[in-house]
Amino acid sequence: MSRQGVGWYRHWISFQTIFVKEILRFTRIWVQTILPSVITTTLYFVIFGRLIGDRIGTMGGLDYLDFIVPGLVLMGVITNAYSNVVSSFYSSKFSRYIEELLVSPAPNWVILAGYVAGGAARGLVVGLAVMLVAMIFTEIRIHSVAVTLLVITMTAVLFALGGFINAIYANSFDDISIVPTFVLTPLTYLGGVFYSIELLPGFWQGVSLANPVLYMVNAFRYGLQGVSDIPVGIAFGIIAIFILVLGVFSLHLLRRGVGIKT
Amino acid sequence: MPALDVQQLTKTYKGGFQALKGIDLTVEEGDFFALLGPNGAGKSTFIGILASLVNKTGGIVRVFGEDQDRTPELVKSFIGLVPQEFNFNLFLPVVEVVVNQAGYYGIPRREAKVRAERYLKQLDLWDRRDTEMRKLSGGLKRRLMIARALVHEPRLLILDEPTAGVDIEIRRSMWTFLRELNAGGTTIILTTHYLEEAESLCRNIAIINHGEIAERTSVASLLNRLNTETFVLNLKGRLSELPQLGGFVLQNLDDCTLEVEMSREHTVNGLFEALSRNGIEVISLRNKQNRLERLFLEMVDRRAGAGWSSSDPADAPDAAREVIA
Ligand SMILES: Nc1ncnc2c1ncn2[C@@H]1O[C@H](COP(=O)(O)OP(=O)(O)O)[C@@H](O)[C@H]1O
Ligand SMILES: [Mg+2]
Repeated sequence: MSRQGVGWYRHWISFQTIFVKEILRFTRIWVQTILPSVITTTLYFVIFGRLIGDRIGTMGGLDYLDFIVPGLVLMGVITNAYSNVVSSFYSSKFSRYIEELLVSPAPNWVILAGYVAGGAARGLVVGLAVMLVAMIFTEIRIHSVAVTLLVITMTAVLFALGGFINAIYANSFDDISIVPTFVLTPLTYLGGVFYSIELLPGFWQGVSLANPVLYMVNAFRYGLQGVSDIPVGIAFGIIAIFILVLGVFSLHLLRRGVGIKT
Repeated sequence: MPALDVQQLTKTYKGGFQALKGIDLTVEEGDFFALLGPNGAGKSTFIGILASLVNKTGGIVRVFGEDQDRTPELVKSFIGLVPQEFNFNLFLPVVEVVVNQAGYYGIPRREAKVRAERYLKQLDLWDRRDTEMRKLSGGLKRRLMIARALVHEPRLLILDEPTAGVDIEIRRSMWTFLRELNAGGTTIILTTHYLEEAESLCRNIAIINHGEIAERTSVASLLNRLNTETFVLNLKGRLSELPQLGGFVLQNLDDCTLEVEMSREHTVNGLFEALSRNGIEVISLRNKQNRLERLFLEMVDRRAGAGWSSSDPADAPDAAREVIA
């Protein structure tokens, strides 16, 4: 272990290399990675916030437009953190350049951390962009900066991990769009982005509580506006548990070489 | 301490196919070693296990004394791999491929750039450093795989069919480069289809077939054995004592059967003249193929089947010469 540095410093360089490579990738193709979410959410703000929202009035004690801001930001974070890792990691499998990493001494947790951080970074960049768009339509005042940043970062990490696991199992480019279409989109739409679950009948309120996105949206809404359907502490606990479970599972898959080694 | 020490290495793929059936192999430090074998022999599987790309089923791999299962990171840092198939991100510029690879090995970016420049220059790729990978020709991609494999300055360089599909000029320049690298102290193991390549580059050789090592020897002695031909002669009359014929190695199998081993420099005419001079008359003869020769014929047959060589089986022996010579 001579010139290549020892232990932590070497791992840090490996991590940095993967992380920077991931960031360059999505910024280089920003028209495909950043712009679509910004356009979609702008349309949501115009249509649901302004045109329809004016007729709805208030929701959960907020102007309807203000009510949907946190959900739309988080929707951008979730979709982008997930799809960045799933497409980047799957491409590296498909074109086999994942082998560049597998032959190197970078340990599995460094590889995972690099990809997850890269995906989370894209989620956060899009989240910020959506927030800036929202500021055109309404005034944004942040109730708690710490809660806001923590929720948004943890959400980004969680869904980046989800994208990683999806990529490990994916055997075709079709496989990387199934989960976003059939799982992520329904979860976010039903996760209290557009309505307060108080509107739902008792039974459906209960069902909604099984949806992890609900906790993130509400914790984020609390961070921004100080309003939430759910206690924020519980929301954090649930996100943290999901991160832990998916993280451990990802490392297990890497150690076994599932989907990447024969 | 050997550069590579492999014991009882086995690999059974999912589905039950046994690609490696207990390989034992040692390669000394500083050697230039060839692993020669037909398509499907298990070469890439073997290399894949060394480079941690394939999970082994059983056995031990030691690189410069370090056990792959105990100190995987150390073993990985010793090895540089040039794989058989291209494995690039086609949307990256050439230089970034090499700089990133250095980064994965933990080499800080500033140093990585210095090394990338050094190895890209050595492999004549520096002018193309900003070219996107997908615009690079096959030959250049092969050379880039070498530059990428060297950027962390491995003690053991492993190349899996490095010259497959490369035109003759680039092949020669790659050979020169590898020779110099080996002279500088890097141990090199390469797999190849071509005996010519092993002959031109390597000192020692193992022949692998059906997942087993069929032969482990020096290139010189292998060539020597491939260059001799053995005939079995049926004699008219009995042979009382073995005559001395210069240039031919004789052995009597029984009183009227003689085995003659001759190098390809001699002719059969010469053999018969010498026999006649000693009053030995021959009724019939047959050619005795040695084990190695059969192996090489098999290699060629397979490739003929795969459409690489002549598709006419009758041409196989000539094609064999081409591979051997
Ligand atoms: N992923 C795999 N799954 C199943 N069989 C495989 C796999 N990879 C290779 N094989 C089989 O293992 C044998 C050895 O292959 P390989 O190591 O690539 O040979 P070589 O490199 O000598 O041509 C072949 O019969 C091949 O079909
Ligand atoms: Mg092969």
